[in-house]
Amino acid sequence: MTSSSLSSSFTVTVNGEPQLLDLDNRTTLLDALREHLDLTGAKKGCDHGQCGACTVLLDGRRVNSCLVLAVATQGHSITTIEGLGTAERLHPIQQAFIDHDGLQCGYCTPGQICSAVGALDEADRGWPSAATADVGAEKITLDDSEIRERMSGNLCRCGAYVNILAAINAVSP
Amino acid sequence: MTSTLDPATTRTPLMGQGINRLDAIAKVTGEARYSGEYPLDGMIYGWVVQAPIAKGRIRDISPASTLSMPGVLAVLDYRNAPRLSDAGDSELLLLQGDRVYYRGEAVAVVLAQSLEQARAGADALDVSYLAESHDVLLRADHPDMYTPELVNPNFPSASNVGDVDAALAAAEVVIDRVYATPAEHNNPMEPHATTAHWNGDTLLVFDSNQGASSVQMSLCRLFDLPRSAVQVKSEYVGGGFGAKGSARPPVVLASMAARLLGRPVRVTLTRQQMFAMVGYRTPTIQQVRLGSDWSGRLQALDHLAYSQTSKILEFAEQTAVVSRMMYATPNLRTAHRLLPLDVPTPRWMRAPGEAPGSFALESAMDELAQACNVDPIELRIRNEPDLEPDSGRPFSSRNLVACLREGARRFGWDDRDPRPAIRQDGRWRIGSGMASSTYPARNAPSTCQVQARSDGTFEVRITASDIGTGARTALTQIAADALRVELDRVELRIGDSDFGPAMIAGGSMGTASWSWAVVKACRDLLGQLDMHSGAVPAGGLLARADTKDDVAAQADVTRHAFGAQFLEVAVDIRTGEVRVPRMIGVFAAGHIVNARTARSQLIGGMIMGLGMALLEESLMDLRFGDYLNHDLAGYHVASNADVRSIEVSWIDEQDDQTNPSGIKGIGEIGIVGTAAAIANAVWHATGRRQRTLPIRPDRVIS
Repeated sequence: MTSSSLSSSFTVTVNGEPQLLDLDNRTTLLDALREHLDLTGAKKGCDHGQCGACTVLLDGRRVNSCLVLAVATQGHSITTIEGLGTAERLHPIQQAFIDHDGLQCGYCTPGQICSAVGALDEADRGWPSAATADVGAEKITLDDSEIRERMSGNLCRCGAYVNILAAINAVSP
Repeated sequence: MTSTLDPATTRTPLMGQGINRLDAIAKVTGEARYSGEYPLDGMIYGWVVQAPIAKGRIRDISPASTLSMPGVLAVLDYRNAPRLSDAGDSELLLLQGDRVYYRGEAVAVVLAQSLEQARAGADALDVSYLAESHDVLLRADHPDMYTPELVNPNFPSASNVGDVDAALAAAEVVIDRVYATPAEHNNPMEPHATTAHWNGDTLLVFDSNQGASSVQMSLCRLFDLPRSAVQVKSEYVGGGFGAKGSARPPVVLASMAARLLGRPVRVTLTRQQMFAMVGYRTPTIQQVRLGSDWSGRLQALDHLAYSQTSKILEFAEQTAVVSRMMYATPNLRTAHRLLPLDVPTPRWMRAPGEAPGSFALESAMDELAQACNVDPIELRIRNEPDLEPDSGRPFSSRNLVACLREGARRFGWDDRDPRPAIRQDGRWRIGSGMASSTYPARNAPSTCQVQARSDGTFEVRITASDIGTGARTALTQIAADALRVELDRVELRIGDSDFGPAMIAGGSMGTASWSWAVVKACRDLLGQLDMHSGAVPAGGLLARADTKDDVAAQADVTRHAFGAQFLEVAVDIRTGEVRVPRMIGVFAAGHIVNARTARSQLIGGMIMGLGMALLEESLMDLRFGDYLNHDLAGYHVASNADVRSIEVSWIDEQDDQTNPSGIKGIGEIGIVGTAAAIANAVWHATGRRQRTLPIRPDRVIS
């Protein structure tokens, strides 16, 4: 990494491809994706970590990319909605969102899908949520209230929640 | 030459089928591009600077320090902004003078090479003000309260049938209550964004809106340009709910800035800026008086609504208009009063009028049912009118009673014990409630072009807008049916003002209005094809339609969709928490075009109604004259965990007096009645009436 007082040059892996970026130190990961890599699938709904529309996977864990400074991702691996699946090869959660109409305007949708991927992985690792009855249990069963709780950081103003729940249920083990 | 027509007998109509959203793949892969996502060469970022005072004047703007910052190219303010002409919306006359009319009004735009530089420049911009004292609180006894001539969109402000006062004086039962609803903000997930580009004297904007031709018209008037010089594109729109129903400040600011710089400019609002700059639902104070006999038959209905507007533009919400058509009564009076304040202008938010108005009316009906000891469904059936009570006009169709009966059956209402506050489940008090829903079913003129291509496919072009409604899919189904071909032979193009004038996605009129133009153009094209023996000549065939005359020639009947909502609540009377485990909505809304997207849209409306009932409230800070909780951490919309079981269904309704497809529109009816049904259920659970929204924990336990 090289840096001046205003900008830094660094490498980050995005959707499997190493990217050499030279960015203003104030640039968030979200703006780096949208404005510098033309990956506009991650959406800016609030820029304050309050809506979840910008959710991407950082080393496999879901993060609000508006709350991550791009320079801090040096050496890390980012997966955005564009890296999860394509029109020709959809990720099972993308397909489930289509099958269950888990979207309307579509603006929260990439964040919902990335968040769902992260949530399923967290449950698989046995990480509890506020809806987990026994936080010491090794295995988490993702019932409806677990999914609703774990997906509540992703707002959908169109109100697709019922269908988002059905979509995640369809791919949840 | 290819034969394009399938024999009509071989195909099943696509209308009514639950076809997958045609833009679903683009949306789940992130390929769908929204208005702030078009990269243009040499594009400059604009960051809006807002006034920190609610009333006063700009004393001075000193841009020197901002202009010396890295990457900053210019500061657009009232001294260098292009002059604008009045487009009928004084809030769009931005940066035209030194007066400040509301806190959060745009006073400058800082233009820089990067988003970060523009933002830093805006933060540093030195603006001084001469503040004056402001007046920002709605109250019914304010001396400036006046009676507007018309209420949105063009209803008379007042109505009067019979002698309400005499009937109330003579009534055996009188309910006289005041209800209040707060300011609410639409908050579509996509903030308003515009990317503007001038090519000589022609303007191209990518803009997030509910109607590209409406925005085009505003830009033409503001900048004194002919229609041919302005193109507005809005292919994907991340929700609107009324907040994008007309041109809003970003499109004007971006267009002015791009003019000033001679380069493309993008202006995207922050979530916080949206609370001042793109409209909201007015707070209301409503007095409803019902007079009836002991059996609950209405003798009088009196609905008086107070709301606010700004001092620069009149927006009068039609809060009491719902009471003009809902229930039979020989004496019926409605009235509106409006208070101009030093606030941003309230505008449309999903079901303006009906959403807050029905909260009052349907709550009062529940109170009347209780007073008369009549079941709330039976009360509504006893007051079912044959003709529209206010006007005496016939309804094109009215299936409220069918919705009430079907909803009651699905919910299991017959087993309900009407007594309040007697069901306990652990820490929860359990109750159930219901309310009626309604929304007007109107049409507006639209134009459409349909082209038969020589490869046997068709291109339909219409300036429709799919803000998440499913209109893109529904209109493709309608076109394919009208052309009698399969879906994959129709390419529908929307969201481009070059396709001609059309209705916005608003007032639950979008798909209804557009479908009429689509069907008309397709029928014309079929006629042309018949003359060519069903074969398309090499150059293709084109049909154009304009429904202006058709809409004007509609019979003088009143057209509405109806519905009924039933739900269960659980109330913790210790903490005041209210949950809604089960909601059922049954609707009669004409021909449902797409069963899948319609279900989603109706559920979405009910969820916004749940938010209205329990969560949503924009709090006015009296000292600073601003909505205090202006972000998504402070302004709560329903999240996934707030929503439990929701079931939606509809009555099979044929209405041949709406439009050729029998469509009534479903964008708004889902939110109408939800809040009253929840308030009524909270009464059933706790024995306490909730007449002020939202039903916050402190209101439940106080």
